[in-house]
Order: sequence, then C-alpha cells, then structure tokens
Amino acid sequence: MKVFDIRNNGLEEMRKCSGEEITLTGCLGERYIGCGMKDGILHVEGTPGNALASYLDGGTVYVDGNAQDAAADTMNAGLLAVKGSAGDALAYGMRGGRVYVLGDAGYRAGVHMKAYEEHRSILVIGGRAGSFLGEYLAGGIIIVLGMGYEGRSITGYFCGNGMYAGTIYLRTETEPLNLSDKLIRRSVGEKEKEDILRPIITDFASVFSIPAEQCIEGSFIAIEADKSKSYSQLYAAV
Amino acid sequence: MMRRYRIRKDDSCILCLRCARECSFGAITAEQDGSLAFHHEKCTDCQRCASFCPTGAIFITEDENTFRKNGVFSHDDITEILLQAETGGVLLSSMGASGKNVPIYFDKMLLNASQVTNPSIDPLREPMETAVFLGQRPEKIQRDAEGRITDNLPPHLELSSPIMFSAMSYGAISLNVQKALAAAAEEIGTYWNTGEGGLHESLYPYKRNTIVQVASGRFGVHETYLNAAAAIEIKIGQGAKPGIGGHLTGKKIIGDVSRTRMVPEGLDAISPAPHHDIYSIEDLAQLVMSIKEATGFRKPVIVKVAAVHNIAPIASGIARSGADIISIDGYRGGTGAAPKRIRDNVGIPIELAIAAVDQRLREERIRDRVSIIASGGIRNSSDAIKAIALGADAVSIGTAALCALGCHICASCHTGRCAWGLATQDPDLTKRLDPEKGARRLVNLVNAWTREIKEIMGGMGINSIEALRGNRMALRGVDLNAKELAILGIGYAGE
Repeated sequence: MKVFDIRNNGLEEMRKCSGEEITLTGCLGERYIGCGMKDGILHVEGTPGNALASYLDGGTVYVDGNAQDAAADTMNAGLLAVKGSAGDALAYGMRGGRVYVLGDAGYRAGVHMKAYEEHRSILVIGGRAGSFLGEYLAGGIIIVLGMGYEGRSITGYFCGNGMYAGTIYLRTETEPLNLSDKLIRRSVGEKEKEDILRPIITDFASVFSIPAEQCIEGSFIAIEADKSKSYSQLYAAV
Repeated sequence: MMRRYRIRKDDSCILCLRCARECSFGAITAEQDGSLAFHHEKCTDCQRCASFCPTGAIFITEDENTFRKNGVFSHDDITEILLQAETGGVLLSSMGASGKNVPIYFDKMLLNASQVTNPSIDPLREPMETAVFLGQRPEKIQRDAEGRITDNLPPHLELSSPIMFSAMSYGAISLNVQKALAAAAEEIGTYWNTGEGGLHESLYPYKRNTIVQVASGRFGVHETYLNAAAAIEIKIGQGAKPGIGGHLTGKKIIGDVSRTRMVPEGLDAISPAPHHDIYSIEDLAQLVMSIKEATGFRKPVIVKVAAVHNIAPIASGIARSGADIISIDGYRGGTGAAPKRIRDNVGIPIELAIAAVDQRLREERIRDRVSIIASGGIRNSSDAIKAIALGADAVSIGTAALCALGCHICASCHTGRCAWGLATQDPDLTKRLDPEKGARRLVNLVNAWTREIKEIMGGMGINSIEALRGNRMALRGVDLNAKELAILGIGYAGE
C-alpha cells in the first residue's frame, strides 16, 4: 500500500496510481479528493473537504473521520464509506454504487438518486438525516437507521418531496414530519426486510465492522411515490 | 376544444391520399371508401400535407369562426380558459416565447458601413477572419528563465464561424436530428450540444465537436461521458423556462432514449428546478472545479443561464466561478416543452442581456476571463452579427437549425407527434429525416450565414470577427427610447 501526504504530494501524485491501494494522510478540508476515481482503494485520514468522491466511477473510498458537503456527487459506481458524519448534499444525482455513512447526514442527502439496469444507487445513513432527504428520488434505495436516536425523529422536514421512483426506508415508528400527500408511507413486512434490507445492511455493518443485528433489529417504514399522482397529470397541451 | 385551423382542398385533388399518410396528428385521415376526412380540431398547421401534396390542392387557413372580438380577452385567452376549465392542467407549449408586446430589438438596430473615410473590404478578394476562440484568456504573459514565452493558455474551443448549435436533448429531438447536427458541426468546424439527454454511443466519434451537458437531473452523466466531449456545459437554466426544471414524459423514454439517459423505460425523467448541490456562486465554483478535476483540466467548462432581470451580476459571479464560457439564453429561446405562462412571461430579451453583461464584465475588468455565447431567437446572420456587436463572442442556434431540417414552427413538439420527424421518437416519423441530407442542409445554412457575416463585416471595414465583438459603434437604434439605448449602449440612428 502506498502512502501519500496531501500536504506534500497534493492530488497529482495520487492520480497516477490507478488501481492501487493508497492511504492519503493529513487531509484538512482539501476538495475533490477521489474525484472521478475508476478503480483502486483510497483510505482518507483526517478531514477531506467538499466534493469528496464526486463522479466516483468504480473506486472505493474509506474516510476515517467526517466528510463535508457534496460527497459522492453524481457518483456512478463504487463505494464511499464514511465512519463519521457527512455534510449537506450527500450523493446528489447518484446513479449507482454504495454510499455508507455511519454517523449522520446533513440537509439534502440523496436528492435525485437514480437507478438504471445494473446501476442501483444505495445510500445508508447510520444515524439521522437532515431535511429534504431523498427529494426527487428517481430510483435506488435510501436507508436511515437512526442509531443513537431511538424514539426520536430521524429525518427532518420535506422527506421525499417530489420523489417519483425508488424507496426510502426509515428504521422508526415515528411518522416523518410534514410528509407530502403525493407519497405513500407503509410498514415493511418481514419478507421485504429479509430480501431487500438484510443484504444491504449486513454489507453496511461489515464495512464498519459492527454487529449487523444491531443495525437491522426493530421495525422499518418505507416511503414511496404514489403512482396514481404522476407529474404528467399536471399538464394540458395547447 | 375549439379548432384553430381549417383544412380545405380544391378540385385539383387526385385523392392520392398522400396527405393522410403524411399527417401525424390525425387531422387528415383516409376513409374506407377512398375519400379524405378532415378533423380540423387536430390540425397544427405544420404544413406537412400541403408540402407533399402533388397537385397543391390542400389549404390550411386560420379558422374564420372566432369568438366575438373583445378589447381585453383575445381568442387565445378564451380558448385557454376553456381548456383549463375542462382539464385543470398547467398549459403546456413548445418552441420560443410568443409575447406579442415584447420588442425584438434586433429589428430596431441598424448596422454601419464604411463610406469614403475608411475603405470597405471585399471578402471575395481579401482574407476575412471568422474563427473564434472560446475560453479564458490568460491575464499575463509568462516567461521561463531564458525569457521564452511559456504556454499558459487555458483550454479553448475553436470555431471556424461564430455559429454553434444549441443544446437539444435526445428525447426532445430524434437521434437522426442529433446525427445531422453532429456531422454538420464536424464539417463546419463548430460544436453541437447534447442537452440533458446523455450522448448516444453512435455519436461518440463526433466527440471533438460535441459539448455535453450536465443539468440538474444529471441524466446520462458519468466520467466517460464527461471525457467524451470537447467541453462540458453546466445547465442552470434556459430562456424558454427560466427557473423551472424539465420533465420528459415516460412515454418518450423508450429504447435508446432510455439507455442514453440511463433512465428505466417508461419512467418520467424529472430535472429538478435548481441543482440541489448549487445554492450559491461558491457552490457553482465547486461544481465547475469538480468537473475540471474529473476531466484533468483539459476541457473548458460552460455555464448556461437564462437571461433574467439580474443577469449582469449573475454573469459576474459565473465569470468569477472559474467557468471558461457563459452561455446566455434569451426570452425567445425555444424548447421541446415548457409551461406556456413561463415561456411567454419570464426572462428578458437576449439583446438587452448581452449588452448588460458585456458592459458589467468590462467595468469589472473581467471580460477576458470568460467568453459569451448568446442564444434565444437568432433568426439570421444579421441577428448573429448584432449579437456579436453587442458583446457576444458567438451565437448558438436551435430553432433556426431545426427549420433547416424541415421544422415549420408549428410549436407542437410537446405532443411528440412531429410530422417532420424532428421532435418525436416514433420510428415511422423519425425516418422522415435523412441525417446525411440534414447535415448537408445545416452546413449550407451556416456557410451561407458565414458568407453574409463576411460581407457585412467587410462593408464595415472590419476583417476579423474579434474586432466586431462588443463594437457597439457599429450599431444604431431606431424606434427605441433613451433607456433602451442606454442599456444597449448604442446611439440613435443619425447620432
């Protein structure tokens, strides 16, 4: 494994090492780390700046601490795993791959995530998410586990507003705040939990080396678009 | 619904039924007994039937039956109220704005020419430079230790003529139209733009003349797509619908459109109104830089905005964001589908926007940090030249390019039934356009405009398009008030 210090090597050196396992030390808010990475494994030590792993296209990025805003922006494939919390606009427009955050996520997490054929975007947040989670969701899966927030609200306002495909799973019994009337809220049955949630959450737990059972126990609710209220009905052609 | 047009035929009709085969809107149908039936209410006046009638027997006219004349409520006003009362829907339209009382300033500006005191130039005899380079200009000349000039030129786009093709997505228009645009752009030495629909794999060979778009939906955007282009455009807004997002109905997301956008078949594709990762100029700067990082700083980044009230400070912010080129789309810019009220009532004309932006960037001494592309209702070479004289580096054409391919501006793109085979995905209709012939027509159009531009420039005694950029002495206004003249930065005719 190669070790680079961002203060001495910058991002230039690192970019030349495609397909390798690299540790990047000394991060203190530097932006665009792992931008467009196609392969290889990157361990980030310290605190990376905004737009971490944007356009990630197959590589794996592990962050020891917290991530800032716009992490995994327009990500296409690969894995971003953040041991701490993530800032605002996490995984915006993401189409494929996995984003795992053990801590909390800020506002606008998972806005306009998508899915297409073999691409299926998966966002798992261990703690809670801020307002506007999964707005305009166009596909893929968002899971919020609410660890450390038991009995409290784990999403903010406007959860899933404008979403038209995909599913948001929340491990809570509390109704999300001001849920739009264009969305359907339902409880998740055992079969769905086993078939869909267990493989993802087990993977999430193994990435952070925590017991899977602690992440999956309890009941989940799912939020989906009400297909009977589609956008097309809004218009009259002249 | 009230009919708007009336279809008639005269005695020269030979009942060949060609019109019925050509009509894609169901306005003319062939009956069992071999006669023709006209369904006037479905007619869009696209003129396809009339163009193909071998005897010239078909006539489409505005219907004589109109509502009683009223000084306030026009025929359209009443029709639209009736439609909305029936459906409860937001009115959906297409093509450019039809605000009757918004002036077309291009028509109120006149160009200069040389007489006696400085000679005009004959482009048939003397070289005339129409090449344009779009991108940032370095602020200083750098030299190495030996005093040699070092190349510190940021990446540029090189155009042989200051005319480009506007962003039109695969989905809004057919693949054949994009093929024609791409092939024409390659032959001319200019650029076409994918819009927000991804880049079809068959068009990757044209990558040196392709601009790819990153819009709020991020459809079809991935690292390979970004690197498959000459430049990347971040679309914030467009002139036909500033401030609102896009919606491609699931009905159009079939087959290759679905594959290219990377959206499952039949699912609506919604582009949110804002980019939710851009809430400020700082956020925009971050997206610009992340795109540059992902493409190794090898490609210029364009930021496209609609011309709106505060366009000058907005452009100033964009110029400071690290973007290389600003594309400004004016009030009359076209679209494949937009809410009619937005199309007709939001934004400002491109002429005023270019003048205001150019002026502001000059005052702030940052004009050389960016190039400006102007679009939104450029109809001919003189519009292009006037836009450049007001301060644009280049113009881009969308509606005019579609017209070259057969569009008759019936403004029915949003129905997906385009009889000319342009704004549709129906294979029976899209095959009506031969991409090779289409490309030829586009090349002809741009070549003709370029020749006209050379002639007009020569007449002014200017032999390089760069010398025309922002040269407002070349313009004079007629029928304009003092405020309009001040914003355009031009004198009145005779001054």
